[in-house]
Amino acid sequence: MSDYPLPVSHVVDPSTSASERSTLLEKLHGWVVTVDHKRLGILYILYSTFFLLVAGAEALMIRVQLAYPHAHVLSAQVYNRFFTMHGTTMVFLVGMPFLFGFANYIVPLQIGARDMAFPRLNAFSFWMTAFGGFLLYYSFLGGAGLYGVGNAPDVGWFAYAPLTSRSFSPGHATDYWALALIVSGFGTLGTAINIVATVISMRCKGMTLMRMPLFTWLLLVVSMLTLVTITPLTAAQFMLLIDRYLGGHFFDTQAGGSSLIWIHFFWIFGHPEVYVLVLPAFAIANEIIPVFCRKAIFGYPAMVTASVAIMFVSLSVWAHHMFTVGMTSVSNAFFTLSTMLVGVPTGIKIFNWIATLWGGRIRFTTPMLFCIGFLFQFLIAGLTGIMLSVSPWDWQLHNSYFVIAHFHYVLVGAIVFCIFAGIYYWYPKATGRLMNETLGKWHFWLFAIGFHITFDTMHFLGLLGMPRSIYTYQPDRGWNFLNLVVSVGGMIQGVAVLIFAYNFLVSYWRGEVASDDPWDAWTLEWTTSSPPPVYNFEEEPEVHSRRPLWDLKHPDDPDWDYES
Amino acid sequence: MSSIPVNHPARTVEWHLPSKRRVGMTSLIVGESAIFTIFVVAYVFYMGKSLTGPTPAQVLEVPTLATICLLSSSFTIWRAEKAIEDDRMGSFTVWLGATITLAAVFLANTALEWKKLIYHDGLTISTNLFGTTFYSLVGLHATHVVVGLFLLTSTFIFSLLGWVDSRQSERFGVIALYWHFVDAVWIVVFTVVYLIGR
Repeated sequence: MSDYPLPVSHVVDPSTSASERSTLLEKLHGWVVTVDHKRLGILYILYSTFFLLVAGAEALMIRVQLAYPHAHVLSAQVYNRFFTMHGTTMVFLVGMPFLFGFANYIVPLQIGARDMAFPRLNAFSFWMTAFGGFLLYYSFLGGAGLYGVGNAPDVGWFAYAPLTSRSFSPGHATDYWALALIVSGFGTLGTAINIVATVISMRCKGMTLMRMPLFTWLLLVVSMLTLVTITPLTAAQFMLLIDRYLGGHFFDTQAGGSSLIWIHFFWIFGHPEVYVLVLPAFAIANEIIPVFCRKAIFGYPAMVTASVAIMFVSLSVWAHHMFTVGMTSVSNAFFTLSTMLVGVPTGIKIFNWIATLWGGRIRFTTPMLFCIGFLFQFLIAGLTGIMLSVSPWDWQLHNSYFVIAHFHYVLVGAIVFCIFAGIYYWYPKATGRLMNETLGKWHFWLFAIGFHITFDTMHFLGLLGMPRSIYTYQPDRGWNFLNLVVSVGGMIQGVAVLIFAYNFLVSYWRGEVASDDPWDAWTLEWTTSSPPPVYNFEEEPEVHSRRPLWDLKHPDDPDWDYES
Repeated sequence: MSSIPVNHPARTVEWHLPSKRRVGMTSLIVGESAIFTIFVVAYVFYMGKSLTGPTPAQVLEVPTLATICLLSSSFTIWRAEKAIEDDRMGSFTVWLGATITLAAVFLANTALEWKKLIYHDGLTISTNLFGTTFYSLVGLHATHVVVGLFLLTSTFIFSLLGWVDSRQSERFGVIALYWHFVDAVWIVVFTVVYLIGR
């Protein structure tokens, strides 16, 4: 696609002949013991894609159960397990590993480094995360302990006390849930430390902080936020285990403990977590939108400032999940205003993306389509977020389908769309082959249509008073038709994701062979071969602007003339 | 395998980056601080809310000796840091040994305190809210002391075997950074548990 001839040096790779001779077992062993950031990144992505399919299937089962009134497709117990597992899986085994997968693969390449700062810690973190996922799903077999059949946790993904106490959650399902989150939490902390150290200490010559690609900048911000976000959850899970195993009283109201403090601790983690998940989505959009409209990002310093501002403000908004718990008017006012304040830096970002698109020569390839979808949907998600931040409005709609619709607009409409965009964008870099564009467009349109059928309709169900997490409903509530529509939309999304999975697999063998720089992009990962060699760069790159590859392609008009 | 060399010989840059080990440890400390904050908040929130005794005023004694030991270990480890930077390995081993001794005295003191609380005063983690929050917070800190002691003792053994010299001063500096953090947390725990909460 690039029109510009680039100087390329060719070196014979001595490992090629050896790798051809290795057996399947040796190859698998190589993946297990690897400390290479690219392989670990791919492992993260495969791991989270697998769980995306699993948790997606759980969501579809939930939707089948809710498609018509008085349904008994699932039993009430299984239904509770499914929505708990769906939420927990999507946040901890899909969202977080996806973001760390992208970070692992892309960040060292974008900053011109050989690997992450601590490669062995990186491998350790991945296997901890993987073990956490295994623990969570093992509960289906071993949740009731050594006797009887297993069961999965059924306490909801936020697991409010006292539902998690021994008396209300016997067996070991809740323990598997807590342990899984502690174990994967350690993995998350390890990776966050690794990314911070990598970005701060491993940048190639000339890459000052204000010359870093915005993807790397946002992943730095996310990782710093993760350091103080995942740890309160780990602390709260330890308290829960102390209550359950050692007879502690943290959340035991019979002994003077408070169930309220769990809600606080959980959302002190839970709300910044939303930003931990959504900032990487912004990061992906920041890379894709400029490349596919052929313009440098608009307002780079404002984008950086807005991201850092979001990091700080997001730490002071958690109790907007708690307006119906009963707080003082001062607290209600504070959390209403701080929540609205997050809208300011987020709004700056949306305007900057639109300004980047303005006057650009837009190429509507699959990654760009997903990013455009993201822009629309994230705007609506932000607006319903502002509505819910108004505490009297929240009193009406808290824990209704309006809230479900709002946060799925963020988690699916923004984050999953950007994850798909990122996969289509970097797939040729990681595999050397492009994903099929026709299937990609089918995936995009089916997914976008299914998404809007499902989640637009959910807003109305919420306004009509349908609460979340209910097993079934009476036929006379006026929810029948809308619920059926929501479920049909869910099935369309399921079909779209299956097309994606097929495309993802088959393109690996049959995809069009990609050049090193198939999108005519500007950041350092596109200067190395596709897929990159183990050592990433033959010689350490040296950068003098935010778009080093632009400078190389346009020596007559380098970016450093315009950046101060 | 190929890659496009990116460099511009005409433009040179001065380049210096912070140590990745220090940045990594600092990040860990930030994360750990959040864990401690949650436990301290729980302790403060439940102060005086126990429905049954014993209360802190009845059973807790101010651990003056342990506190002096732990805080002065920050000084001794700083001396050890200086010694390893200047490649004075004899002095390093002595100061490191002193740090380990002080930490061990601290842990022994905690062990004796807990023994008294459990056997004499009948306070366990399940007795009341004070027991739950006290053992969790002080125990979390003590766990960090144990981890630190493990790191220090391994370094001490390596040093006796002659495997450590000034080339490892940066790595040792990272251990020292962690140790200073453990000390700083104790100041908070001590203030909350023994001064305000008693």
